[in-house]
Amino acid sequence: MTAPLPSGAAGFLARYAALRDVLPGDPALRDAAADAFRTGGFPGATRGRRSEAWKYTSLRPLADLRFQSQLGDASLLADDAITALLARVPTLDAPRIVFVDGAYHAELSTPPAWFARFAEQPDFGTLTWPDREPLVALNTMLAADGALLHVPEDTDAGVVELVHVSTDGAAAHPRHCIRLGANARLTVLDVAIGSGSYLHNPVTEVHVGAGATLTHARLQDEAPGAFHLATTYAGIAGDATYDSFTLTLGGRVARNEVHTLLAAPRATAHLNGAQLLTGSQHADFTSVVRHEAPSCVSRQTVKNVLNDHARGVFQGRIEVARVAQKTDGYQMNQALLLSPDAEIDSKPELEIFADDVKCSHGATVGELDVEQLFYLRSRGIPDAEARAILVRAFLAEALDAVTQETVRAALEASVERWWERQAA
Amino acid sequence: MLEIRGLAASINDKPILKGIDLTVPEGEIHAIMGPNGSGKSTLAYVLSGREEFDVTGGTASFNGADLLAMEPEERAAAGVFLAFQAPIELPGVNNANFLRTALNAIRRARGESELDAVQFLKLARAEAKRLAMPEDMLKRNVNVGFSGGEKKRNEVLQMAILRPKLAILDETDSGLDIDALKIVADGVNALRAPDFSALVITHHQRLLDHLVPDRVHVLAHGRIIRSGGPELARELEKSGYAQVVAEAA
Repeated sequence: MTAPLPSGAAGFLARYAALRDVLPGDPALRDAAADAFRTGGFPGATRGRRSEAWKYTSLRPLADLRFQSQLGDASLLADDAITALLARVPTLDAPRIVFVDGAYHAELSTPPAWFARFAEQPDFGTLTWPDREPLVALNTMLAADGALLHVPEDTDAGVVELVHVSTDGAAAHPRHCIRLGANARLTVLDVAIGSGSYLHNPVTEVHVGAGATLTHARLQDEAPGAFHLATTYAGIAGDATYDSFTLTLGGRVARNEVHTLLAAPRATAHLNGAQLLTGSQHADFTSVVRHEAPSCVSRQTVKNVLNDHARGVFQGRIEVARVAQKTDGYQMNQALLLSPDAEIDSKPELEIFADDVKCSHGATVGELDVEQLFYLRSRGIPDAEARAILVRAFLAEALDAVTQETVRAALEASVERWWERQAA
Repeated sequence: MLEIRGLAASINDKPILKGIDLTVPEGEIHAIMGPNGSGKSTLAYVLSGREEFDVTGGTASFNGADLLAMEPEERAAAGVFLAFQAPIELPGVNNANFLRTALNAIRRARGESELDAVQFLKLARAEAKRLAMPEDMLKRNVNVGFSGGEKKRNEVLQMAILRPKLAILDETDSGLDIDALKIVADGVNALRAPDFSALVITHHQRLLDHLVPDRVHVLAHGRIIRSGGPELARELEKSGYAQVVAEAA
């Protein structure tokens, strides 16, 4: 065990200096990312420097922490503790790929034949912007492993579970890439769990080939002390669909950032989600949808249920290029505030350069409806149970967006366990 | 038995009920009639525990218990049921689940065993059939996309399943065609028993042809200004409220 690293950005840069020669892939790319990260640092951590993209989310608490210095296979947690954590992962009777603290864990995995590891075939992709996104820079600098899911054309690859387990004190920067050939199909249930205080900073690059469909369901069920900062870049080809849903339950500070590029005619993107936050949790759903071709469709509904002092953030931007005529874009953020101290910050934006488009966006914030509550209570249902029914109903509408039934059932079960934890 | 003495209530400091005295003995059906704005719906809401109304005076007891001190769900467990004039839509809440949750909450509060899904569905299907309701209404979300008549029938279905001791029907007849009206009246008549009573709020005598009341009360300006037998409803239908209200003034 080496000496503890300094906290903050300096700690990660020191770690990079130590690991530079053993990390897989092009060192020039990593060096450039390290420069970008050195310049940018953690958003919110440097006084006086503010970025519009990180207006509502500060990573200052993260910058104050120290993380373990070692890399990779040596997990800090005993295998039985990891097994106990894995019991929280929905069982789909599908191939499962498990990463622990950013490294592939072969014994816990049952991978499909078309799975490969970033550690063996480093692929940084083509869509990401380490120079603009400090966390992507951090990931690019330190990524050691990740899942490469390449589905050949005309193949229905069914369902696969991609699970990441974090342990106390770890900082993981997995680099995943999901690539679907023309007319391929795949459903990924992407699960993040862990225990203790840690950083999970995955970057996922997605390419959906012409006519292909990727269903990407994410279950973020991290530990209460976790920093979960996930960035996804998705490029969607003509007649292809990227259908994503992110259920955010865990973490101390969480951000789900998605950049979607609708690159050819009739591409479709769904960026739906739900965030259930209690205590002093902070979760940020930030998305950019870029329509770069005619007749593409984007749909986004994000629902927030916020209790106690929790804070939800929604930033959504739809960009429509001049060529992207007949664009159909819709974006909605809804928040249910269960406590007077809960807070939602919502910033929907439209940037339209085409003149024949249909785009709308909106945001609603509210408390439980008193008439609905009275109706339930007048039928004999006690107040607490009546409130729970209405919150569930609000969430049920969000989960209806998940069309894949087994995945929806898995997410619903996770919501149920979340309820049980609230009641306990 | 329901006993109301000097009941006064206001909303946003505006007095609506100004001293209601009313006794509904066990086994009887009483009708409350009166012009718009007379306080009929307020009376229904106050008796079922809607919090927006402030009770400023008087008492209401049900089978000896202080109704006004109870939470809405406690009143329901004690046997009070309000059929809403405008039933509330509950998007995302399945009608059958809603009904089972309500029934089991009431059974639990009464110390009775809960019904499982199979037992409940058997009961609900039978009641739905009796009310000539399509079975798919049980599968839909509560009142969402229901026609006006379907919403009212759904109220009666809830009443049939929850089997209250005191049913308060707030203009359940409004917006119903004659067939639906008969179904609603039959639904209430089916519950008639020595320990069942009902307070039927209505504008029209039409419902009372099928649901014959023991007593009829006229409510105006927050007070009961006249009471009588079923013939009073027919008199009101003929002469209108204006004359009765003027006579009482």
